[in-house]
Amino acid sequence: MQATRSLSEYRKRSTLTATTVFLLPVFFFILIFIIYPIIDSFWLSLHEWNGITSGKAFLGLENWKTLLGDKIFFKAFLNNMIIVVLSIAIQLPIAMAIAFLLDTGGKKLNFLKMIYFLPMLMSSVAVGFLFKYTYDPQFGLISAVDTMLGGQGMVDVLGDPHRAIFGVIAVICWQFIPFYMVYFLAALSSLPVEIYEASIIDGASHSQYFWRVALPSMKGTIKSAAVLSLVGSLKYFDLIYVMTQGGPDGATELMATYMYKNAFTIGKMGYGATVASGMFIIITVISLVTLRVINGKEEA
Amino acid sequence: MKKKFKVGKIIVALLALIWLAIAGAPFYFMVASAFKEQFEIFTTGVFAIPKGLYLQNFHKVIEGDFYKYLFNSIFVVGVSLVLILFTSLFASYPFSRFKFKLNKPLFGIIVAAMAVPIHVTLIPVFQLTQKLNLYDTIFALIGPYTAFNLPISVFILTGFMAQIPKELEESAEIDGCGKYRTFFNIIAPLSKPGLATLAIYNSVNMWNEFSFALVLTQSQKSRTLPLSIWEYQGQYNANIPMIMAVLTLCALPMILAFAIGQDKLIKGMMAGAVKG
Repeated sequence: MQATRSLSEYRKRSTLTATTVFLLPVFFFILIFIIYPIIDSFWLSLHEWNGITSGKAFLGLENWKTLLGDKIFFKAFLNNMIIVVLSIAIQLPIAMAIAFLLDTGGKKLNFLKMIYFLPMLMSSVAVGFLFKYTYDPQFGLISAVDTMLGGQGMVDVLGDPHRAIFGVIAVICWQFIPFYMVYFLAALSSLPVEIYEASIIDGASHSQYFWRVALPSMKGTIKSAAVLSLVGSLKYFDLIYVMTQGGPDGATELMATYMYKNAFTIGKMGYGATVASGMFIIITVISLVTLRVINGKEEA
Repeated sequence: MKKKFKVGKIIVALLALIWLAIAGAPFYFMVASAFKEQFEIFTTGVFAIPKGLYLQNFHKVIEGDFYKYLFNSIFVVGVSLVLILFTSLFASYPFSRFKFKLNKPLFGIIVAAMAVPIHVTLIPVFQLTQKLNLYDTIFALIGPYTAFNLPISVFILTGFMAQIPKELEESAEIDGCGKYRTFFNIIAPLSKPGLATLAIYNSVNMWNEFSFALVLTQSQKSRTLPLSIWEYQGQYNANIPMIMAVLTLCALPMILAFAIGQDKLIKGMMAGAVKG
C-alpha cells in the first residue's frame, strides 16, 4: 500500500519536473517578447517620451484622452474597417468561384492553379513595390491599359485621396485571393466524392451541386476564412506602408501605420504606445465578439 | 435548366481567364521589365516582350550588396527556425501527453498569444533591443521572430502529436523508458512530418517578414532581403527595370522552392490557417 502510493507520487513529481523542463523555453520567449511588451506598452502609454532621452514624464490618462478625440486615429480605424468589409466581400466569393472551377476541372487545370498561386510567393514589400510601379501614372500598367482602351493614360491611383484606398484594397485582394482559393480548394476536394456522384445521378447540374450541396457543407470553412480575413485586415501594415505610407493626406492611414509614424517617425513613443495599446484593445474585442457570434450560431 | 448551366459555365470560364490576366500580368510586368534596358519600357511599351536577354540589371544588383542581404536573411531565418522547431517540439510533448493542472490554462496562453498583433509589441521590443545592445544587428531579429512564430507552431505540433498512438509510449514506459528517453527516442522521430510542415510555414513567414526588420535594423549591413528593396530603390529610383530585377531576384528563392515542391510548399504555407 505504502509502496504504491509513493510510486504514484514519485510519478507525479517526475511528470511535474519533466513538464517544467519542456515548457521552460517556450514560455521564456513568450514572456520576454509577447507578454512583457504588451504590459510595457500600456505602461508607456501613460507617459510622454521622445524615445531618445532617458526621462519619461508621467502623464496619467492624458494620452488616452487625446486618443479618444483623435480624428486621424478614428479615420485610420474606419479605413481598417473598410478593408475588413471589402476584403471579405471581394476575396471570399472570387476565391470560392476559382476554387470550384479548379475542383471540377481536375488535374488538367493544374497549371492554372500554379499561376493563380504566384502572388502568394512574393513578400508584401515586393508586392507593394511592384504595384507602386504598376500604378505609376506615367509608366505603369494601369495607364498602359487605359491608353489601350483609348483613354489619356496618366491615371493616378495612389496619388488621389478618393481612389487611393481602393487602389490599395485591390492589391490586398490580388495578394490574398490565392490563399483563400487554396483554403477553399482543400475543403472542396475533401467533400466525399459519393455526395457529388449522388447529386449528379439525382439530376443536379454543376451549379445546383455548388449552390445546394457544396456551399452549405462548407459553412464552417467559410466562417473560418472570414475570421482569418477579419483579423488579418485589422492588423494590416506592410503593404500600405510600402505603397502609400498612409497618404495621400491620410486617405489610406491605418491603425498600424499611424502607430508606426507616431513612435518611429516623429518620435512620440508615449503616444505611439497609446495607439498600439488602443489597437490591441480594439482587435481583441472585435475578435472575441466575432468568435462569440459565430460559435453561438453554430450551436443554435 | 440546361441553358442556365451553360451560362454559368461560361461565366466561370470567363472569370478563370480574367483572373489569369489579373494574377499573371503584374508578375509578367515584373519579370519582363527586369530584362529590359532602362529606357526600353518607355519606347516599346509595358507589355512588349524584351528585345533580348538583357542581363545587365541582374549583374548590377548582384554586384551590389545582394549577397550580404541574402546571407542576413538566410542566417536569421536559419537560426530562428532551429530555435522554433526545438522549442515547439519540447512544448508540444507535455501539452499533448501529460495530465497536469495547468495544462489547459497554459495552453490557453499559447492560443491567446497567437492572436496578439505584433505592432503592440514593436515599441517595447525596440527599447529592449537597444538595452541589450542588439539594435541594428541581425541578432536583434532572432528573438522576436522565434517568439512570434512559436504560439502557432506549438498549436499545430500539439495537434499533430496528439494523434501519435499512446500505446507506443505505454509499452516503452513498461519497458522502463523514462519521460526524456521516450521523448527523444519515440515522440521526436515520429513528429518529423509535423516538423517539416512547420519548417516550411515558418521559413516562408520569416523570409518575407517586414515590420520587425524595419524597426530593429537601420543600416545597410544588417538589412534582410525584403528591406534591401528599399536600399536599391534609393539608389536606382527612376530605373524601373533595375527595381524589377531586384524584385525578381528577391522572389526567386520562393519561386524555385515552389517549382521544386509545389504541393509541399502550398500545404506548408496553409498550415497557419487554423481556426482562431
